[in-house]
Amino acid sequence: MAALEELEREYERAKRDRKFQARLEELLRTYAGRPTPLFFARRLTQKLGGAKIYLKREDLLHTGAHKINNCLGQGLLVERMGKHRVIAETGAGQHGVATATVCALLGFECVVYMGTEDMRRQELNVFRMRLLGADVRGVESGSRTLKDAINEAMRDWVTNVRTTHYLLGSVLGAHPYPTMVRDFQRVIGREARAQILKAEGNLPAAIIACVGGGSNSIGIFYDFLNDKKVRLIGVEAGGRGEALGDHAARFRGGSPGVLQGTYSYVLQDAGGQIALTHSVSAGLDYPSIGPEHAALRDAGRAEYVPASDAEALEAVTLLARTEGIIPALESAHAVAEVVKRAPKMKKSEVVIVNVSGRGDKDIGILRENLRID
Amino acid sequence: MPLTLYKRPALVVYVTCGDPDLATTREIVLAAIEAGADVIELGVPFSDPVADGPVIQRASERALTHGTSLGQVLTLAAEVRQHAQSTGLIVFSYLNPILRMGMEKFCKVARAAGVDGTLVTDLPVEEAGEYLRAMRGHDLAPVFLAAPTSPDERLKRIAEASRGFVYAVSRTGVTGARQELADDARKLVRRLRRVTKLPVALGFGISTAKQFAEVGKFADAVVVGSAIVETAERNRGREAAAVGEFVGKLTALSSQLSATAR
Repeated sequence: MAALEELEREYERAKRDRKFQARLEELLRTYAGRPTPLFFARRLTQKLGGAKIYLKREDLLHTGAHKINNCLGQGLLVERMGKHRVIAETGAGQHGVATATVCALLGFECVVYMGTEDMRRQELNVFRMRLLGADVRGVESGSRTLKDAINEAMRDWVTNVRTTHYLLGSVLGAHPYPTMVRDFQRVIGREARAQILKAEGNLPAAIIACVGGGSNSIGIFYDFLNDKKVRLIGVEAGGRGEALGDHAARFRGGSPGVLQGTYSYVLQDAGGQIALTHSVSAGLDYPSIGPEHAALRDAGRAEYVPASDAEALEAVTLLARTEGIIPALESAHAVAEVVKRAPKMKKSEVVIVNVSGRGDKDIGILRENLRID
Repeated sequence: MPLTLYKRPALVVYVTCGDPDLATTREIVLAAIEAGADVIELGVPFSDPVADGPVIQRASERALTHGTSLGQVLTLAAEVRQHAQSTGLIVFSYLNPILRMGMEKFCKVARAAGVDGTLVTDLPVEEAGEYLRAMRGHDLAPVFLAAPTSPDERLKRIAEASRGFVYAVSRTGVTGARQELADDARKLVRRLRRVTKLPVALGFGISTAKQFAEVGKFADAVVVGSAIVETAERNRGREAAAVGEFVGKLTALSSQLSATAR
């Protein structure tokens, strides 16, 4: 608790500190590659024959996903707090790579916890993290995925809390993490809103983003919350079926509960034990969801739908072949939803899909599943 | 009022319920009481025990493979209560199984089973309003964890919300045996004394009779958890006997202590 309070205090100060904000903006621009383009997907639009589709290209960022936005922000906070050791969890490896990158940039010791199942399916990212100087520690407990990596990172943090910052990668965990991570990711929506107004002169009819913990989606949703006509659509991992254990669609199969310091929707059994989850994408394979998404859903402001493993895999191929963009398997869930939705929308309507990351890291799993060699 | 600690230092024994099965847990608990344990913490296994080290993680996983539930743990508590009227009984759980059962229902069933108090590992006192109301309503003692990193203001709040005793965590980190006791432990107990008259139990990392004796000099009670669970793990087939012997060794020293120093 003391560490959370310290973090909250420091974050509140940094928020009002112009120097801190200027430094963060500069790093986002000169190091991470912001602003990212908003790209009109002409051929995909033609193919689906409905709404005009724009892609927010977070996949073009340094390290290959939106995760770097949050890592740079928290990295600068670590500097302010005078800590030198950073720990993180990772599912797909994108947050781990972004954390290892920022630690190399700012000179911190870095330990990344990763489920051994995820290490297997995202081995390229494991190597990238190690190349960047991070100590990647495999986690053998539970389902050996993201949830278990967070457990282990929390255990490390309570043990080494005096010297260590836990650089949590999503809008999860105890306060102030969900708020702080959302604020660091808001830049996605802020840019997208200005970009679409410039390109179309109008707000979009809908925004679609995938939701694991929910950081890229809350990031792009946030600046549109007051634009009531803009539909906000989060896409969860529908996995391989509807039975508990076969998916990570918290709003379809979950109920309120507490996991890892967050009260939100949780996939759990009748006794309150957390369920195992499945998704082809390691980054969405998590039994709970950011609490702000739960609030948006319960308030009816955002809607959440699942996309299956098969639909996501198909969407990867589709986007690769229509636009020359290979999305991360996570982001492919958002693409899968636009494939279903765009044909039913008017041609005058605009939809933005957040391509939160690129698919390079998924080459191994894509080869296993797509059989196109 | 079984949560009164008569002996100084008192021994608080933690067990992971359902490891390897509930019938064995019952034998282990009765053997520990027979050997002199003053308070029993009935650990409810949870799928994501973030506050626990490898020993209790393993035990929890084993207990969950055959579906040990909070409801079953409360039934076990009632059985133990029939055999042991003066032993303190505490349910030690993560929050989610309790939420799932429903706070009110949990408190009602626990009280009826003869449980004295509850320790919810991942519920900080700052978020405990509803829990405290329910506990009070059913005359159950809430016990909170105090950490070496907790500032004085927070220690005060923890002590004010706790009944029976305050549970001081000997060092930052998760449960599990350690070779050495950190200086943190002594300092924390001293700081707690300044803010509360409640007895202070010290736990996390205490596994030997020597450590028990050492802690007994400055704390009112000593919690031994992972060492108990590991003793059961290492002695498959004779868990209760092995735990009884181990507890006997700890309490033998404790009675020597209270005969001399106190």
